[in-house]
Amino acid sequence: MKDWRYWLAEQRGTLLALGIFIVMFVIYTSNHPAGFTANVVQTAANKGVLLAFVAMAQTLVVITSGIDLSVGMIFLLTNCLASWLVVGTPMQTTLGVIAVLAAGLLCGAINGAIVIYGRLQPIVATIATGAVYYGVGLLLRPFPGGSVNEDLADAMTGRFFDLVPASLVVLLAVVLLIWVPFSRSVLGRAAYAAGSSETAAYMSGVPIRRGKFAAYTLAGLLAAIGGLFLTFFTYTGEAAYASGNAYTLFSIAAVVLGGVSLFGGKGSAIGAIFGALAFRTIGDLLFVFDFDPLWQPLFQGVILLVAVSLGAFALFRVRNRLEWFL
Amino acid sequence: MSETTLGGIAGRMPKFIRRADPAVLTAFACIVVLLLVGSLYSRSFLSPEYLLQQLKVASFLGVIATGMMLVILLGQIDLSVPWSVAAGAMMACAAAAYGPAGVVLAIPFGIFCGVLIGVVNGIGVAYLRIPSMIITLATNAVAQGLMVVYTGGFSPQDSATGAMRYLATGFTIPGVPNAVIIWALIGAAMVFVLTRSGFGRAVYGIGNRERAAYLSGIDTRRVVMIAFAVSGGLSAFGGVLLAGYASKAAQSMGDAYLLPSIAAVVLGGTSILGGRGSYLGTVAGVILITLLQSILSVMQMPEAGRQIIYGVVIVAMLLLYGRAPASR
Repeated sequence: MKDWRYWLAEQRGTLLALGIFIVMFVIYTSNHPAGFTANVVQTAANKGVLLAFVAMAQTLVVITSGIDLSVGMIFLLTNCLASWLVVGTPMQTTLGVIAVLAAGLLCGAINGAIVIYGRLQPIVATIATGAVYYGVGLLLRPFPGGSVNEDLADAMTGRFFDLVPASLVVLLAVVLLIWVPFSRSVLGRAAYAAGSSETAAYMSGVPIRRGKFAAYTLAGLLAAIGGLFLTFFTYTGEAAYASGNAYTLFSIAAVVLGGVSLFGGKGSAIGAIFGALAFRTIGDLLFVFDFDPLWQPLFQGVILLVAVSLGAFALFRVRNRLEWFL
Repeated sequence: MSETTLGGIAGRMPKFIRRADPAVLTAFACIVVLLLVGSLYSRSFLSPEYLLQQLKVASFLGVIATGMMLVILLGQIDLSVPWSVAAGAMMACAAAAYGPAGVVLAIPFGIFCGVLIGVVNGIGVAYLRIPSMIITLATNAVAQGLMVVYTGGFSPQDSATGAMRYLATGFTIPGVPNAVIIWALIGAAMVFVLTRSGFGRAVYGIGNRERAAYLSGIDTRRVVMIAFAVSGGLSAFGGVLLAGYASKAAQSMGDAYLLPSIAAVVLGGTSILGGRGSYLGTVAGVILITLLQSILSVMQMPEAGRQIIYGVVIVAMLLLYGRAPASR
């Protein structure tokens, strides 16, 4: 096989997600009353970027064949924290942003430590830590409220040169600064290897523990960036249980749409980003077609159900029935 | 007396204690500790009325955890509990609004809706080989969407039928709440199925190694599907009982049951990887969780503190005895 065919095979999931997103976005903008304008793109980008950050966080953990059911709660917790800290003078604001990101790192590191060094199952462990993070968030913000440095918030949710949404630029920067270095580093390779076959990776002397720990920790950081952005959009902090749960759920949907294998070892955060943008656009299609918003949860649920069922097509390729049982 | 009990405890203990799972013993020990801590706070904590009241509250969780246990024994998980509970409760109350026939059919209809959710889960997990965590999250979202469309985004106005209230709050035997009797019956049925039937053997077999179970001639896919259907049905039945207890259904009534039901099963010593665990442990886990919740509310702990303590306790107890073997 030629080089480009290997590349194509590796990136198939990502390209598929990109394709779905483009098709959905074209349908969306062509039916939008305002059409394809900078404003429409900015609004769509701001909504999509939130989920994109959380989906990136989920991807890092899913690659190690784990799952993080606490991402939505880290997202909420950092939102509540930011509504206290990201205020005041530029200096205070900067320190606040650093503190919020550090809190996300800490949450991720706690998850990683419990799952890897405590050897608990990721599902149960992250559901439990998610409860803790939600509790801390509720402690910080028993009622919705708080504020944020509005200059920074407006800059982050506005447009550069009146054309490019700032949130997309930040998303790109995060990809270049966090995802690309991680996925090319030894630790990133180790995370992939651990997800692909933990035993084989262990036998080959790959630092799987450190790789997985780095993945969980960075996931916390990415969820915190998402929480920060939520604060920029809403200007407030709110510990809403349903919203945290919804983001966890949607992050899994975005990851699946983005071609990341839930069994681990396959996929990329870039695919998950397009998955997230596509998922958001599909959800918003209802609005441009004037459906009752009441139908949105059902619509999103059905998309999720269909998306996860698509994976079942791999069954047709199974020659030996024993391969049903992994 | 002291020398006979202290000397050679292990040797003299009856066989059933020596053979008991250390996890189950730990769980029961924690229950005793919680009762002692609780009695320090309030004298009435150890009174029979209070304990019966706790058992009654525990029985709702017990019914739901029974279904969850069956699924966890297979090595799967059912995250569709929140909206299976809510759908069961809402649909039962909704059916009650359709005249006398609706009132009669309310409870079966609620359970039927839960079974339906469970069957979709089961088809996804058993036949389409989708990871259970994912497909159950998806069906949970679909069930939520359906309920939101049905109720218009508000809690429904229909109220529970007399039969539902009777099951949840009535007394058939004086002094023993009906809910406790129901839990006992369901528990007994579950113990029978798990230990005395081929289906139960198959569940443990699949939990250990599905491939081996399949090669021994078990129709593993059918067993998995039935287990998910039972889990959905029991969740919905738990919802029906809850609706009877509160006399109506509410939007997010099931949210508070997902983590506790998993925690109860896992704290009771059932392996989250499947294939290992006893119903006695689940009973201990359910009572443990209920007592913990009760003590936290007696201490007038706000919701935030409750969530934190709850998560910390579950992680701590799992670290005590729920760890996977080290990779070698």
